[in-house]
Amino acid sequence: MKTEHVLLRHRDHPEINELENYRKIGGFEVFRKVVTTMQPNEVIEVVKSSGLRGRGGAGFPTGLKWAFVDQKNWPHYVVANADESEPGTFKDREILEGNPFQFLEGVAIASYAVGARAAYVYLRGEFWQIAHQLDRRIQQLYHAGLLGERLFGTDYSLHIFTHLGAGAYICGEETAMLESIEGKLGQPRLRPPFPPSFGLFGKPTVVNNVETLTNVPLIIERGAEWYRSFGTEKSPGVKIFCLSGRVKRPGNYELPLGTPFRKLIYEYGGGILEDHPIKAIMAAGASSSLIVANDPALDTPMDYESVPSLGAQLGSASVIVVDDTVSIDWLINKTVHFFRHESCGKCTPCREGTFWMMHLTDRITAGKASWQDVELLKDVASQMRGKCFCALGEFSIEAVLSGIERFRGDFEARVKG
Amino acid sequence: MAKLVTLTIDGITVQVPPGTNVVDAAKKAGIDIPVFCYHPKMEPVGMCRMCLVEIGRPVVDRATGELVRADDGSVKIQFSPKLETACTTPVSEGMVVINTSQKVKDGREDILEFLLTSHPLDCPVCDKGGECPLQNLTMEFGSGQSRYIYDEKMHSAKHVPLGDLIYLDRERCIQCARCVRFQDQIVDDPVIGFYNRGRALEIVTYSEPGFDSIFSGNTTDICPVGALTTADFRFGARPWELNAAASICTQCPVGCNLTINVRREAISQGRMAIKRIMPRQNEWVNEIWICDKGRFGYHYVESEERLDQPLVRKDGKLTPVSWDEAINLVSMRFKQAGSNLLTLVSGRLSNEDLYNIRKLTDSLNGKSALYTQMGGGDVVAQVGMSTGSNLANLGKGDVILVIATDLHQEAPIWWLRVKQATERGAQLIVANARSTRLDRYAKYPIRYAYGEQNNLIAALVQLIDPQKFVDAKAIKHLSEQSIIKDTAEALKAAQNLVIFFGNEGSGVADSQVLAQTCAILLATTNHAGKPNNGLIPVWQRANDQGAWDMGWRPPTDLSTSIKEANALYIVACDPAGDDPRLSLTPDFLVVQDLYLTPTAKLADVVLPALPFTEREGSLTSGERRVQRYYPAIPGRTGALADFAIAAQIAKACGITLEERSAAKVMDAIARENADYAAISYTELANVEEQWPIIGRADLYYGGTSYENKQGLGMQLQNAVQKGEPFQISLPELVEQSGEGLLAVPITRLYDRGNTLIPSQLLRTHLVSTVMWINAKEAKQQGVEEHDVVQIECGETSALVTVELEDAVPDGVVLVPRSVGIPISEPCRVRLHITERV
Repeated sequence: MKTEHVLLRHRDHPEINELENYRKIGGFEVFRKVVTTMQPNEVIEVVKSSGLRGRGGAGFPTGLKWAFVDQKNWPHYVVANADESEPGTFKDREILEGNPFQFLEGVAIASYAVGARAAYVYLRGEFWQIAHQLDRRIQQLYHAGLLGERLFGTDYSLHIFTHLGAGAYICGEETAMLESIEGKLGQPRLRPPFPPSFGLFGKPTVVNNVETLTNVPLIIERGAEWYRSFGTEKSPGVKIFCLSGRVKRPGNYELPLGTPFRKLIYEYGGGILEDHPIKAIMAAGASSSLIVANDPALDTPMDYESVPSLGAQLGSASVIVVDDTVSIDWLINKTVHFFRHESCGKCTPCREGTFWMMHLTDRITAGKASWQDVELLKDVASQMRGKCFCALGEFSIEAVLSGIERFRGDFEARVKG
Repeated sequence: MAKLVTLTIDGITVQVPPGTNVVDAAKKAGIDIPVFCYHPKMEPVGMCRMCLVEIGRPVVDRATGELVRADDGSVKIQFSPKLETACTTPVSEGMVVINTSQKVKDGREDILEFLLTSHPLDCPVCDKGGECPLQNLTMEFGSGQSRYIYDEKMHSAKHVPLGDLIYLDRERCIQCARCVRFQDQIVDDPVIGFYNRGRALEIVTYSEPGFDSIFSGNTTDICPVGALTTADFRFGARPWELNAAASICTQCPVGCNLTINVRREAISQGRMAIKRIMPRQNEWVNEIWICDKGRFGYHYVESEERLDQPLVRKDGKLTPVSWDEAINLVSMRFKQAGSNLLTLVSGRLSNEDLYNIRKLTDSLNGKSALYTQMGGGDVVAQVGMSTGSNLANLGKGDVILVIATDLHQEAPIWWLRVKQATERGAQLIVANARSTRLDRYAKYPIRYAYGEQNNLIAALVQLIDPQKFVDAKAIKHLSEQSIIKDTAEALKAAQNLVIFFGNEGSGVADSQVLAQTCAILLATTNHAGKPNNGLIPVWQRANDQGAWDMGWRPPTDLSTSIKEANALYIVACDPAGDDPRLSLTPDFLVVQDLYLTPTAKLADVVLPALPFTEREGSLTSGERRVQRYYPAIPGRTGALADFAIAAQIAKACGITLEERSAAKVMDAIARENADYAAISYTELANVEEQWPIIGRADLYYGGTSYENKQGLGMQLQNAVQKGEPFQISLPELVEQSGEGLLAVPITRLYDRGNTLIPSQLLRTHLVSTVMWINAKEAKQQGVEEHDVVQIECGETSALVTVELEDAVPDGVVLVPRSVGIPISEPCRVRLHITERV
């Protein structure tokens, strides 16, 4: 059983957001060890065997991503995705505020592993205050000789830069983020080529989520086996679950992957407000399908393999809990509004489809629609499926289609005639 | 040649080069996959999602690497669960593409329904209606019914001037980014872009003034909806009312192929009127693009000022007379003048005009002179672009040298094609006394002092072949520079070499020498006479090369020649307008032109000619491609084609020349001029299949540029190619000399020439009577920005406004040509301030 935090270590060691305190618990010793005693591919091997998977939502094996970096094309870059914009996700923010140096050490180790001499931390525009703090902390690292030229007497040099977005959800999509760093309009790029072959400024680039990178220092320090002692075989390690919605104790909970929903919601979250019956779960923020919160669902382990059996995805593990006070048509009206607002407009189905769905759900929620409009909404969402340029458009229909299918009664109650 | 990839599309087997995308592969097989954002001249982006198809790929056994086969022996094909965008998918061996299934049709109907939810459906008043990809594809794939509530439609601004030439209708825009990408990728003028996001995504201009690009009109051709329209054509006519005539642009020596759209209309008093100028595909010349001068600068041909009857001076006044009277008078006086007749023409005329006028002059023993500020056409006939040349063939291993010209301003499409060659890997050398827009693509940007251009080329020749220009003192300081040494090495290693030369910083005589030294460079590097090699003159007029080919030469001293003549026959040029102090007082002056130019006002007889839009003719481009243009509208009554006027005068003098048919004049040219022996109007009308396939019913693919059904023209053989001896001897080199401030005329695209002023639309774009000087030199000369100064060159002078410009070298002022400043060649000047604001 896990006793101490791996990621939210500031909860065990207060004030490690100051460099000297972080160094007291061994901070940046791993980076030193890596740079002075390990070959980059050795670092990649450890991360590979730890089974660490991307915590941004897609769950792609991190070590494998690092190994994909094109060794014939230089320079390489690392980009840390701190755009945390998924509704219901607030884990990266806590790391950046509470345990920023462990994250930065993760960035540094990743950079060394893929041969990058420059790394960018891309923060959502609303994180401007965190960006200022981070800038100051990066400066402290330079002063402490932990960043800059010829580190620890080796030939390896590393610079870390922060880059603030301008408030667009799409810039959390890795290629739109790269466009944004390059100073362009935040719209996703055609893939392939993927960033490890054609990334920032056209160079091989690794893009990792903040939480993913924050795992790295302890994985190197304590070994892959130690990390695998948490979680399940295919989804090893710990994950921060962002619990929100109609629960008594919302917040971030760092738990091993594979922890059942019930444990998170009822044990850690203290159950539903006013002890109402639970109705639905959105496991991946606004991008989720709606899970019908029955007993089998509540007993399902939260890992990358099990959640799909409920017709949903774990995603970034932003668990939004919905109880019987919430009508699902109202809920999807909210998610659709979000996606309509955030669609970048690059591809036709997402640009037009989210706009159309917004009008339809507005009318349905206002009680001004007929059942035909619900059918039309289903049609519109269905005809977006599989045709969008990037995942944003595809995600925008998840709650809509699963909501109409699984909570039909809520819609029937809302429409005229 | 790389191995071809074989795939099947709708059961048809197709073979295409690797890297081809599925849309293009289908197109080659005659199968249409509809697109909006994809354009065959640009990289695919996959935004509109219209080109969705089903794609299957052969299943490969991972262990053995072998193809998996079904029981019947056929290769097993695995289809992707989702539809894929055909534009972003490269072909692969054994791929199976399905373009006609219900799933594909449904996918397209879905995308069209999405697009139309935001579309205003104002086809009845839309310029694009009738030639609109969105309209056509909706007819083919769209649902007949709307499920979208009209009240929920988003409304946007419908008349947004992006600049003064291009209007944007934001409601019609489908955000395909073709215009944005054209400006960015093709012409490197990224002055428009997207603003905002989602449904609010909209096109904006970043430049001041708006949409500041000389290629802006092309975006209206490739716009797949009626979002972008030109200020010239918008609400002017419906596409189906228009007739199309093939033509050639007469604004510069590139010779862009045009289609002129015309209709008969009440607002033009029932006459046929030109409604718009469109590009016509010629992948050898202009591909599918034209510049805005070519597109919008044609209005002079419909000017009300045009002459429509002959005028004869009676009692000091020009008085309308019959053609018979005018011709009789002219022929009588020309016969009397005999060898004292001087005929002065310009390269604005067609080959047929130039031939007949030359014949007439020669038959009367008169003298002939070409009105030009640049020499070297005879050299171009020897080492010009060889037959089989296409600038599009230049790439890796090839070298392009551009000297003494600003291609962006003088011949925009050449600028574009040179830029594209560098993107394919060609090395570019740009040599000029100042920086120009081409520099940014140049591997070797070379600066010299005005007047040193010949010596620079000589220095390169000397570095390549030390036997030439031995001990030439004038070039020593040039050949010692490392960039020039490196350039010489690049020239030595070049597979193909194309040289563009202009007359910036030269007069006629100097540019003649420049042509010679460039020819020697081509011969020294063994590039003369080979395909994709040669010398390209950047003439000021469309048919200067044709004039040289027809035997016309600039006089050594124009004003002396004019003084010595008893009778002057001036055709298609305006020397008095260019230089008011030129003494035009012969006994008898005949001027043949479109309007009453300043020169015509001095004439004894004025003969009205027809513009290119109202007659037939042929032009020879700087690449020595002969191309024919067709009559777009009937000739205005009272005026005649220049070749016909010359034939009438000849007839009255007892000389027989072809009067009725331009084609027959060309036959006569072909009989007499060995270079033109193979040319006939029939041959000039030949076409061949071009790629990409543009301008057919499938407008969605390439835009509204016209397919070329009327002729690609013919490139002439040069003398070296024909095996004639290379006859150019090394010229004498002179050292730079002279004291004082040097004024150098430069060519600007939007000048104030007679053929541009009448296009009201371009009014704000025209260059004014200015003088450019750098800040340091201005201080030295005691002038400030916005000062009005008198610029004095020998006997002539003009008032100009001072503009500061960093790119101007020290000791130099630049003045624009064709704006009324009588400086046609570089000359030493003095400045006098007349007004300070």
